[in-house]
Order: sequence, then structure tokens, then C-alpha cells
Amino acid sequence: MMSDSDKFTPVIVGFLCNWCSYRAADLAGTSRMGYPATLRDIRIMCTGRLDPTFVLRALQEGADGVLIMGCHPGQCHYQEGNYKAIRRFALLKRVLRQMGLEEERVQLHWASAAQGLLFAETVSRMTKQIQALGPLDWSRNWPNEEPFMLLQPYLHEEAAHGR
Amino acid sequence: MTESRVGVYVCHCGHNIAGAVDVEHLSEWALDLPQVVVARNYQFMCAGTGQELIENDIREYGLTHVVVASCSPHMHEKTFRNACERAGLNAYLFEMANIREHASWVHPNNRSAATSKAKALVSAAVHRVLKHQALEPMRVDIQPTTLVVGGGIAGIQAALEIADAGYPVYVVEREPSIGGHMAQFDKTFPTLDCAACILTPKMFDAGAHPNITLLTYSEIEQVEGSVGNFRVTVRRKARKVREDVCTGCGTCWEKCPVKVVDGVFEAGLGYRKAIYRPFPQAVPKYPVIDVENCTYFKTEKCRACERYCPASAIDFEMQDEIVTLTVGNIILATGYDLFDPRRIPQYGYGRLPNVFTSLEFERLTNAAGPTGGKITLRDGETEPRSVAIIHCVGSRDKAYNEYCSAICCMSSLKFAHLAKEKTNAEIYNFYIDMRPIAKGYEEFYHRILAEGVHFIRGRVAEITDAAYGPEEAGKLVVVAEDTLIGRQRRVPVDMVILAAGLEPRRDSQAVSHLFGVGCGDSGFFTERHPKLDPVATVTEGIYIAGACQGPKDIPDTVAQGAAAAARVLGVISRKQVLLEPVRASIDESRCSGCRVCNNLCPYNAIEYLAEPGVSRVNAALCKGCGTCVAACPSQAITGAHFTFDQIMAEIDGILIDVSDREQSPIEVLA
Amino acid sequence: MADKPKLALYWASSCGGCEIAVLGLHEKILDVAAAFDIVFWPCVMDMKYADVEALEPGSIDVCLFNGAIRNDENARMAHLLREKSKVLIAFGSCAVGGAIPGLANFSSRDEMFEWIYYQSPTTENPSRVFPQRRTDVAEGELELPAFWNTVKALAQVVPVDYYLPGCPPEVQSIELAVNALVSGAVPPSGAVIGLNIAVCDECPRERQDKKISRFYRPQEIIPDPAICLLDQGLFCAGVATRAGCKARCPQVGMGCRGCYGPLDGVYDHGARLLSAIASIIDADTPEEVEAVLDTLPDPAGYFYRYYLPQSLLRRRARENGQKQSAAEKTPVATPTN
Repeated sequence: MMSDSDKFTPVIVGFLCNWCSYRAADLAGTSRMGYPATLRDIRIMCTGRLDPTFVLRALQEGADGVLIMGCHPGQCHYQEGNYKAIRRFALLKRVLRQMGLEEERVQLHWASAAQGLLFAETVSRMTKQIQALGPLDWSRNWPNEEPFMLLQPYLHEEAAHGR
Repeated sequence: MTESRVGVYVCHCGHNIAGAVDVEHLSEWALDLPQVVVARNYQFMCAGTGQELIENDIREYGLTHVVVASCSPHMHEKTFRNACERAGLNAYLFEMANIREHASWVHPNNRSAATSKAKALVSAAVHRVLKHQALEPMRVDIQPTTLVVGGGIAGIQAALEIADAGYPVYVVEREPSIGGHMAQFDKTFPTLDCAACILTPKMFDAGAHPNITLLTYSEIEQVEGSVGNFRVTVRRKARKVREDVCTGCGTCWEKCPVKVVDGVFEAGLGYRKAIYRPFPQAVPKYPVIDVENCTYFKTEKCRACERYCPASAIDFEMQDEIVTLTVGNIILATGYDLFDPRRIPQYGYGRLPNVFTSLEFERLTNAAGPTGGKITLRDGETEPRSVAIIHCVGSRDKAYNEYCSAICCMSSLKFAHLAKEKTNAEIYNFYIDMRPIAKGYEEFYHRILAEGVHFIRGRVAEITDAAYGPEEAGKLVVVAEDTLIGRQRRVPVDMVILAAGLEPRRDSQAVSHLFGVGCGDSGFFTERHPKLDPVATVTEGIYIAGACQGPKDIPDTVAQGAAAAARVLGVISRKQVLLEPVRASIDESRCSGCRVCNNLCPYNAIEYLAEPGVSRVNAALCKGCGTCVAACPSQAITGAHFTFDQIMAEIDGILIDVSDREQSPIEVLA
Repeated sequence: MADKPKLALYWASSCGGCEIAVLGLHEKILDVAAAFDIVFWPCVMDMKYADVEALEPGSIDVCLFNGAIRNDENARMAHLLREKSKVLIAFGSCAVGGAIPGLANFSSRDEMFEWIYYQSPTTENPSRVFPQRRTDVAEGELELPAFWNTVKALAQVVPVDYYLPGCPPEVQSIELAVNALVSGAVPPSGAVIGLNIAVCDECPRERQDKKISRFYRPQEIIPDPAICLLDQGLFCAGVATRAGCKARCPQVGMGCRGCYGPLDGVYDHGARLLSAIASIIDADTPEEVEAVLDTLPDPAGYFYRYYLPQSLLRRRARENGQKQSAAEKTPVATPTN
């Protein structure tokens, strides 16, 4: 079990705001601060742009986690976009919990443009947390359910009720 | 629509990318991504030859979209957009994949992982760019009037430059006079010319300039609009003195019976009256009534100033006035606050009377100051026989401010010279490092060394009046480790000057919100680029100059004020400015008028039209953050260049290998 | 009669409300009867599977299929009718998005059986008798359709030509579809037949700037009849839900439930609702936000009432279910530095 999770390399989709956290990631690069190659980041102008649909899509499409990062509260380039992100994130967390998702899978953190190290540490920490959880592989929750893909009638998920 | 044809260009960036990412493999792999017709890798994509490669391919292959996988878009997005434009491709049909800062540089020892991540990022960019639409920058007319916030030397310089070029300027200053900190200084380093002698003429020029309107004793309450057309609401605090009739004769403050400690201009060392002009050379020359201390406002009696005023300029009933200015550009030159040394209790400031701040010493040594330029102890009489000057107070210290305040070394040298010259006292400078870094500064340092001033390298641990022996009795003892001789030292002196550091204005956060500019962790306003664009901010039309951007001395402050003015003049002379078309717009056929978005915009760019019952985005006010886009429950709001489809495509692209892990073509980690 | 187009209607996992809605066409049903030759409608006509199986592929011109797909029988009929029909219409919210039967995706089949057949207070089943797929009786072996773990929308089983949402679809929506089919002016394949604007457009309540400092449940306040329900803190899905119902629920003081589903191009109805509702919360610190959200119990139930199976995540994670129910009691993690 442990060896499985040791081998597992999570895929984390990042949503970084253009002004603080994306620049923090740039700084981590410029400063050659290594961190696990688990984060694949997408630049948005502000965490206020983060549509919860994006998070759900990433999870549905195979991400093991989603990391949202923005400017520190009070330092949003657009004054208060990150406060909208706080609200949406809080509600999204509640919904995701009801969907049976572990807390650590979706995280919201702040990093200013000067906090390259914090950025790198955040990615490292989240990587460890997700490694401990194992792969998400959300689509396993509905085998054979791709729309339009079911070719033969009577096909169903499991032969019979019961274990 | 014709079929999309994408070109992908992978940059080696010398070894910077190629050292960690298999660029050959990456560009070959990219050929299999949707609609990619050409994929190349090249040494330096940003070089002229690299850009030509793209331009030629756009023409030859009829490319409809271009992806460059190289560095951060903050570095070269503009470069490649321009290359696309030159070849006739709309700049917004381009996308960048950041495989340097976000891949090769952070995964340098894992070629496989760095290459896999680069693949994901390139795939994301290709999927995204296919959803890009051609966009045209917005054109906005520029109001030729400029607002300068802050009337210190930075603001004065900026205002004069613009006014001399023939354009109108408003200068809004919180204090009753312009002049700022520089007006409080005696001499300026390294030339030791008198601050007033060089500043006063500039203040006068600004006050008399036909193109400059001074709004002193005023504060800005609201800023609306955007570049070209800001609407700024200014509160002109009631002076209680009518500027239209006051001659500045001075009778009023001569007759005023109330003496008040002047905590602002005289740094608490001197007095002023309840009706006062901060200093003799004040511009404008009109006094102001300090309502909190004026007897009339406390007891409704006195009215001495009114009685004696020969011009009948006193108006106790005067109320604050709200003025609205329309300006095209704004320069923030709000200056700094001095570090309050009370925060370092072991230095004894506020407890030990003969510990002074640098600003207090400026006033002491100033011929126009409370002692007439005589350097004395707190009793106002005794001349010090020995003086210690402590550098880096509140600076270069993680407990207070990590940064160097830039000016303290030089001002400390200046204090040493002035104290030596005027009192012939023994002078001890306690420093960490000497940083006399600009023109003429090192020479000044050597001059002071030659004057016989002592320099002790070491951070001061404590300043105390607890004497160990008779030679310390009645003295202030400066305790420090002399790191050059590796010994603890106790230096008894009569006077200590704390070279307090420069800090952002206490209200810099609020001001940054008011104007929509950023301020970093330190609280100084954030420039658009620390090296290449140090006077612009991320908000178009708002510039910064002087110490509000970071600690700096007078020459740098003046240079930055002039630079900000040059930028503004450039914008004014173009008459129009092109703005990024990254903005929200509402599909009114799809808007139900639910009004969810109405309250979300920090710039009030969204208005609800009761008829026909839809909301609308004012494109000139929108800054493109996308908050409303994400909130719209009808998905009726589109955020140009960050559309729903574009980001969804990017997500799908970035997960190209894991959305179907079984057949994963990408090896994630070795 | 032979030249009249052939119409079939079927109910899969549904409540029967959609059938009533068709009858609700009143005299207009005669137009339907006049225009179409009804070949299959188990709710009102006695017909067998064999009758449908005997039809030539593509011989049914239009099939109105209501109900979600939750067991083998539903799926089998979906495939059968797909094969026999030229145009297959997902009729009603269950067929379009899974709807109320789809709420079962918040739990697993085993959990449901355990509750329904054993644990619920009104059930007396000491010997733990559960439904079996096959049972031997005197007449021979009986077979029940396999009960799926995950409820699906019709389009997740077979290709669908048009969608007609609503729980049930309002008469005017059905008329819209019938008129389109009769006149031949059909929208492009894959379209939702209806309006592409939210319920607010049809709602007469007055809307103001939105700021919610707490949510109310319907029994907690008497709403002002003239003001937007959401503005008053009552959950209303109308902001994110397709119009076409003339805002029937909000008009009588009940917040829109969301049965008409999202507008065109929306991937996830719940996410749209979530984002909009969260955006207008009048709080900034995580603690304040959580306090407001505490007044909105079961947010996922509100947001995904009708479209969970068709949403991006489609169902609750199957394996984490037990672990998470414990986690639900722990305080919400707040964003940290």
C-alpha cells in the first residue's frame, strides 16, 4: 500500500492568478526553487474568474487535485476578486464534501508575487497530501457510462446487486 | 470557417530550457496535437531570427494560430504578439506555454518529468489557442489634464514637467503647503547645498504656474473611471481662511494666543499657533486654522485672528468643499513615513530625552528651525560634546523592515558633518555596512572620514543611561559589538541620533485600493515592472514616483517624478491610448436581468438597465478580472481572451494524458 | 392512417407526471392524435415489448421518452426505442438530466437498499429480505431488471435528438415541440427545445442588487410577494435555470427548483448556481462566509436537484462514501497561507 502511493505521481491542475501567484511561480522558476513536477498550471487574470465548473472539469478529466492560488486578501490586483474566490471556494468545498471528495483534493492558497518559496512549498505539501490519498481517477465512479458509447443493449455496470 | 492551422515553436532558451526539457522530442510530439501543421524548436525564439521563423511560417503555412513554448508570458508575450502582427496574424491568436519558469527551471534534474510537464503545458496552449478569437485593442481618448497626488519634491517635479510642456495639472496635497519632507531638511547630501534654497524656487514655480492648480489641505475621497477619463472626488478641507482675500501678511498668527506643539513640520521640537502657516516659504502662503486647538472652536470665544485680520479673510463658518476633477492620468507621489523608533524600545526614543530621530535633528540643525540652527540637547541650551549616530534603525532588520532604506547612510554622514562643523563634538557612527552608492557619495564618505568622525561597524544593541562608571555618568551609553575588532563596546555620548528608516505611508493600503494599484508585502506601491517599467503601475493611466514606490534619495525621486511626467506626456501627446481588450461583455439576448453580477464589480462597470431589464458592462471601466464572468448563472457574460470555452479547452488540453490514463502517451514521472 | 407519422411515448424511471403533462394538452391532444399515429404508449395503451420489437428500425417517426435510466429495463427500452425511432426526444427533466431519481447518485445502491428495505423506521424486515435479480416461484424463474448503482440521463445511454426539460414540461413547452415537429421546422439536432434565457426573465418579482447575509428556508419567513425571493434570502434556482415555465414556482412564493435545467452551453447546472449564489454572499472572511453558508443546508442537493447524473461529477464518489460521512462533521478547512 505504501509503496503504491510512493510510486504514484499525482496530477494537480493549478489555477493561478496573473498578478500574484503566477508571478510567484515565475519567481520560483527564476530562483530555481525545485518542486515536484505535479502541478500543471493555468493562468487566469484573477481568482475571481475561477468558475467552479473549471474545478469540476479538471477532477472529471482525471486530475488528482486542484490547487487555486491568488493574491493575499487585501492585495488583490482587482481589489476584491479573491474575496469572491473565498466565498465560492467555501461553498464548493461543501458541495465537494457531499460528493465524497477528500478535503485535501481541492485547495485554495495565497502567494504574493514575491513568495516564490511559499509557492514551491505549497505545491510540495499538496503533492505529499495527494500522494497519501492515492489517485482520484474520478471516472471510475461510473464505468461504461460514456454518453453515446454504449453499443449493445442490456449492458449494465454490474451483473447483479450485491457484493 | 477555414480549417485552423496551428504552428508550435519550442524555444531552447540556450540551455535554460533545452537543458531540462527534450525540446526535439517536444516539438515532434506537438505535431500530433490537434490542427498543428508545423512544429519547430529553435535556439532563441525571442531573437530576431526566431521571430522571423514564426513570421515566415505564418505566411508560408497560412497559420491561423501560433503557440510559443518558452518563458513566462510576463517576459515575452508582447514580443511574440508583435511578431504575429507583423505577419498579419491578429495578436490574440497567439498563446504562450511557459516551459521555462514553470518547467525546466523548477525540475532541472528530472528530464523526463520536465518534458512531460512541458508537453502538458504545450497541449494546453494548443487546445486553448484553437478557441482564441481575433481581438482589437480598445481606443480611449485621453483628457489632457493630469492629477498629481502629493506635493513633495516628486510631485512638484512631475507637475512642473507636465505644466511646462503646456498641459494642465492638479496637485492635491494633504498638508496646508506643498514641499513635503524636503522642506524640513537643512542641507542635502552630498553637496551640502541648502534644501530650502533649491526647493523653494520649485515650490514657487509650481504655485505660480498658469498650468498648475494647487489643491492643498485636500484629500482624495473617490476615484472613478479609467485611463483617459478618471473622475476624482477631492475634499478641500476648510482652511477657515479665504484664499481669495488673504494676503499671507501673518498678522493672524502673530495675534493668535494659542501655542501648539508642531508635531508635523517641526517634528515636535517647536511650536506653532492655532492659526498657522507650516513654514515661512509655504506655498500657498495662506494660513489654516487648526480647529482642534483654536479657542473659538472650543469655547466660541477669542476671534483674535478675525479681529486683527486686515483683509477680513477669516471665515469661521467655512465648510469642507467637495470638488470633482476630470483627469486623463494620475501620478501618485505620496512619499513616505519615517519609521517610528519607539518600536525599538531598547533604543530609548521617547524615554531618553537626548535620543533624537533623524527628522528631529534636521529641524535642530535647520537655520529656520526651533533653535535657529543651534544643535542642542533636549533642554534647548546645552551643546553636545559627543554625538552617536545609529544607522539602519528599523531597516535591514527582519523584526521591522527587511529592506534597506537607501538614504540613511548618506543622511547619517551629513549629520556627522553638520554636528562636527557646528559643535566640534566627537562623532560616532554605528553602521552595519556603508552604502554610499551614487555619484559623489563615496567621495563624501571619505571626506567625512577625513574630518575625524569615528566609524564603528556593528549593530547597536542598546542605548542606556545606566552608567557603569563615572565616565558614563549622566551620559547616554551606546552598547554595540564592534565587529571589526570583535569586542563589545560602550560609548558614552551626550546625544544620539537615530537614522530611522523609510516606511510606506501608514495609509498606503487604503490609497492603493482607492486608485486600484497594487502594493506589495512591504506596502510600497508596486511598479509594473521592477526594472523596465518602474514608474507605471498595473493600472493604465496611474503612475508612481518617489518614495511611495520604494525608499530613495532626492536625485532618484526627482528623476522618477520626471520619468512619470514623461510617460504621462507621451500618453497625452498620442491623444488616444490602446487598451487590452481583455474585458467582459454581456450577451443581452441571454441576460435575464437576475442582477447577480451587479454588486460584484469593484469598478462599478456593470449597470442594470430597468428597460429592457438587462445588465450591461461599461467597457471603459471594466478591467477584465472576470469575477462577473464566473458568477453569471446564465453564462451570459463573456470575458474576452479568458472565455469559458478557452479555459475549458485548456483544462482538457492540460490533462490530455490522464483523461484516459490507460492509453497514456505521456510518462509523467521517471 | 398509414401516411400519418408514427408517435411513441415511453416512461422509464419516472413518476408519471410527464404522462399527465401530455394529457394536460387537453383539446390539443386531439391535434396530436390527428397528426400522429400513436404506436406505443404503455401508460394508456396495452402493448407489449414484442410489439415494439416487431417494428422495423426507424419506423417510429418521433419517440417522447421520459424518465431516467436507473435499471436494465430502462436501458433496454432506451436502446430499443432508439433503434426504432427516427427522432428520439428526451422528454422531461428525468430523461434530460436524471432529475429526482438521479438524486440517488448521492448514495450507493447498497446504502439505498439497506435503508429502504431494512433501516427506515416504517420498515419491518427482521429477516433482511432484499430484492433479488432472480426468484423461483411455482410458475418458474422470475427476473427483475438489474438495479443500477448510478442513475443516468437518457443521453448517457443512447444518442438523443432533442431535449424537452421540465418537471414536467409545461404545456407551452410541449406545444412548442409538437408545433415544431408537425410543421417540420425542427431545430438543429441535439438542441434543447425551449427558450435560452433564465427564469428571472419571466419572473414578475422585483430584483435589486443582491447581497445575502443569511439564507432562509421556506418555513422560516413569509416572503414579500413583490420582491425577488433570492434577494430575501430564499434559495431560488431561477437565476441559472432555463425559462419556459412562466416562473410558476417563484410566482407562488416558492423558489425555483431548477427543473428546466441550465441554459445552452452550460456544462454543469450546479456549478453555475453555486458560483452565482456564493458570489452574492455578503461576507468576506472565511469565518463569516461559513456562518452564512451554515444557513444553507444540503447545498449539493439544492444545486443538483435535477441534474446530478448529467453534471460533470455525475455522482458521489462510491468508495469514499463512508470515510466522508465522518469528515462531514469536521469543521470546514479554511484557506491558509
